[in-house]
Amino acid sequence: MLKQIEGSYAVAETVAKCRPNVISAYPITPQTHIVEELASIVGRGDLDAEYVNVESEFSAASVVLGASAAGARAYSATTSQGLLLMSEVIYCIAGMRLPIVFTIANRAISAPLSIWNDQQDSMALRDAGWIQLHAEDNQEAADLHIQAFKIAEETHLPVMVCMDGFILTHAFEPVDVPDQKEVDSFLPPFRPTNIVDPRWPRGIGLFADPRFYMETRFILHRAMEKSEATIKKVSGDFAKAFGRDSGGFIKTYKLKDADVVVISMGSLVGTIKDLIDQLEEEGKKVGLLQICSYRPFPRKEIYNTLKDKMNIVVVEKSISLGRGGILASDVRWSFPRAEKKDRNISSFIAGLGGRNITKNDLRYMVEKVEKEPVELEFLGLKKELISEKDL
Amino acid sequence: MDRLNNKSVKITSQIVYDTPKQLDIKVKNMIEIRIHGRGGQGNVAAAELLSIAAFKDGKFSQAFPSFGAERVGAPVMAFVRINDKKIRTREDVQNPDYLIVQDSNLIGSVPVLDGLKPDGLILINSEKKPEELQLKTTAKVETIPATEIALEIIGRPIPNAIMIGAFCTITGLVSIDAVQEAIMGKFPGRVGENNVAALERAREIMQKR
Repeated sequence: MLKQIEGSYAVAETVAKCRPNVISAYPITPQTHIVEELASIVGRGDLDAEYVNVESEFSAASVVLGASAAGARAYSATTSQGLLLMSEVIYCIAGMRLPIVFTIANRAISAPLSIWNDQQDSMALRDAGWIQLHAEDNQEAADLHIQAFKIAEETHLPVMVCMDGFILTHAFEPVDVPDQKEVDSFLPPFRPTNIVDPRWPRGIGLFADPRFYMETRFILHRAMEKSEATIKKVSGDFAKAFGRDSGGFIKTYKLKDADVVVISMGSLVGTIKDLIDQLEEEGKKVGLLQICSYRPFPRKEIYNTLKDKMNIVVVEKSISLGRGGILASDVRWSFPRAEKKDRNISSFIAGLGGRNITKNDLRYMVEKVEKEPVELEFLGLKKELISEKDL
Repeated sequence: MDRLNNKSVKITSQIVYDTPKQLDIKVKNMIEIRIHGRGGQGNVAAAELLSIAAFKDGKFSQAFPSFGAERVGAPVMAFVRINDKKIRTREDVQNPDYLIVQDSNLIGSVPVLDGLKPDGLILINSEKKPEELQLKTTAKVETIPATEIALEIIGRPIPNAIMIGAFCTITGLVSIDAVQEAIMGKFPGRVGENNVAALERAREIMQKR
């Protein structure tokens, strides 16, 4: 049903319709209304699930790990410091090939303490062996959860559905929250294949000496790469079943004749699209390539889509300190060195710690890269706050 | 870096530190509202109710708070956008068409008027007449003693329903019926009924002007 609803509630209602058996979360800041609402849904008896309130995010991740290993469809949501506290378990979940789904309400990382939005939290765990899907708006955030359970259970890989904290989680906008019947016909009940059971005692993810460990990493890496096909198939099936295009691998906007291509992911792409329309009216051809699946990274798709584009700019809400833009590095790596084309790939960091990103900031960025490539620039940085010695 | 300048292209600087600021780029037909108030005055609820009411009127709408100061008494902002098509922009409202100010004491302590369109409208919770406030703006100024009315009808100094009622009556952007429905949906029972009564009072007052 289409309704005007807060992003967190839309996600909570949708997750409930995916019928998770176990939900565990640590209910304090940094959290969202998602787990709060799911607790109410379970409390009202509208969802037959075990809701486990725990004393830390580390425990929350451990509970869903154990539940999934025992054959349950398991879910949690977290963000920022909470995700970092989970990080040890996050790697274990992937290594054990447990099909758990998490919502990540993307937020900045301490110190200094910031509760506001950027994407440094999920970026910090990009190499853990989790699929990471990024939502553009709240409709996509809700829809991606339905797809995420299916992708996770078909690939035996955990999935993070990333949505920008506050900007999406706390925004009211129209979302069509699917009916239970629709979700049931798309997402069959979880049939675990590899579970721990006292009737058949064994362990998973226990120990691998140097004779075996490397192969587990190879297999996990290949599984991540191969999940591309599943992600594409599931998003295609979803579009057919629900009549709307949510998620997938990459998406493009007005790319065909574009002289400048902007690459980004998450809620920022909406603002970029509005800017592109404005620039089009002014006679400028700018296009967008939106990263929907950040892990696995759509390297081939990017190359195939942009191989004739010579002016590309990546704008992202995260940074590898001492290296620069993380997404920009991934994009630069997508074009083979042997290609020897005079292609410019500029890198902009924006919106860290919730700094507002305006269409004007983005227009400045586009106009700048029209003139010259930019190795690295911080959009909207306040020079007056930085002393000479820190420059 | 390796992919950046293969051959002829010259990089002029390693890292750039400043971005110039200009007026915001407006999406066609987009109506933008900024609500100023203090924590506890129902600012986020006001934005939410306006957006739900606009949705009920058949329009696209987006509401979101400016976060951080979730303390009673601290200055808070919330934003609403309304349009006939899907709303994609996510930036904070820079150049509002309309300002709703739930506490007139904020004017002067926070830059409330910043970016307000010269032909816009500002609605202020105040017992004073608009001209007595001596605001430096070409925008239209309206006032309503919303806290007074709230104390009388709701029994608590929460002015948001009155401010929304006055706003919708002056601008006609969102129908009062839809706002009433939105209030009853969010606060069923006595609280909702009191707020609807307060909304009605605001409509009567503004219609008489």
